[in-house]
Amino acid sequence: MKISDFFKKKSSSDVAKDRLKLVLVSDRASCSPEILQKIRSDIIEVLSKYAEIDMEGIDINITNVDTETNDGKTVPALYANIPIKNMNHNLK
Amino acid sequence: MGEVIVVTSGKGGVGKTTTTANIGTGLAKLNKKVVLIDTDIGLRNLDVVMGLENRIVYNLVDVIEGNCKRNQALIRDKRYENLFLLPAAQTKDKTSVTPEQMKKLTEELKEEFDYVILDCPAGIEQGFKNAIAGADRALVVTTPEVSAVRDADRIIGLLEANEIKKTHLIVNRLRADMVKRGDMMSADDVIDILAVELIGQVPDDENIVVATNNGEPLVGDSSLAGQAYMNICRRITGEQVPFLDLDPKKGLFSWFTKKK
Repeated sequence: MKISDFFKKKSSSDVAKDRLKLVLVSDRASCSPEILQKIRSDIIEVLSKYAEIDMEGIDINITNVDTETNDGKTVPALYANIPIKNMNHNLK
Repeated sequence: MGEVIVVTSGKGGVGKTTTTANIGTGLAKLNKKVVLIDTDIGLRNLDVVMGLENRIVYNLVDVIEGNCKRNQALIRDKRYENLFLLPAAQTKDKTSVTPEQMKKLTEELKEEFDYVILDCPAGIEQGFKNAIAGADRALVVTTPEVSAVRDADRIIGLLEANEIKKTHLIVNRLRADMVKRGDMMSADDVIDILAVELIGQVPDDENIVVATNNGEPLVGDSSLAGQAYMNICRRITGEQVPFLDLDPKKGLFSWFTKKK
């Protein structure tokens, strides 16, 4: 990245690329970014009842995986990597 | 009672979705209450052209199948509060919806909206039949190319056969320089061949690409395409608007060049 780029307004082709990357992620996962965000915050809310979560390290995404029958079809799958700082054992 | 307009073409890639986005936004600018429906189930795109792709929760198939209330699926536009989008489903196919269901839906919507505008998929199969089922009028989009005009002719025939009485033509991507050289058919040439009434001629304008990149329809801005789309909107509302001169080199300097 050149220094001049820093001052330049983002070109419309860059805007287009960024928008496409986002939209393709949700197309491939058949799930909108908005819904993914909701899933994310719901999971965090539930887990926070039982454990202290490392918010920085959370990685939640929807990808496609091959079906067990190996017939070339794929199904969406939710991948979540949620680091736990501390289990909360004080719950009654 | 509103009007249901289908934007169709037969051939793909001639600018149906861009036209739908700009006409919908333009009519909203004219203070009309507008809903856009993307009927291209499986290959939706009106959402990205409108810049609303991140707001989709429910879609057309959800409404038809009763998975949500109709108004829950309508996405309000970023800029105009009287403009809404009903997106297509991306993971279903055209057979998820029947023409009868579409007719019922558009009939309900036109009670509430001034204009219900349907973005039709390319082709003449089920998707096309769904899109035209409830339409009061049609806008046929074509480019001045042999293949597009041929398909437009076929579509006009099918619209007549389906008793859609009001059909108008939009000639898209005109290049004044090529028309002048005689290397491209003019809008008048296309009208002669197709024998339908012209409602708009839109120049091949770089600003369209930029507007689509940004997800913001350019209708009504100072660009030539922006003016052309706004004029189409006025004509849809019944106003008489003269056709634009699409030659950008004309204007201030035309007086000098004419003397040659």
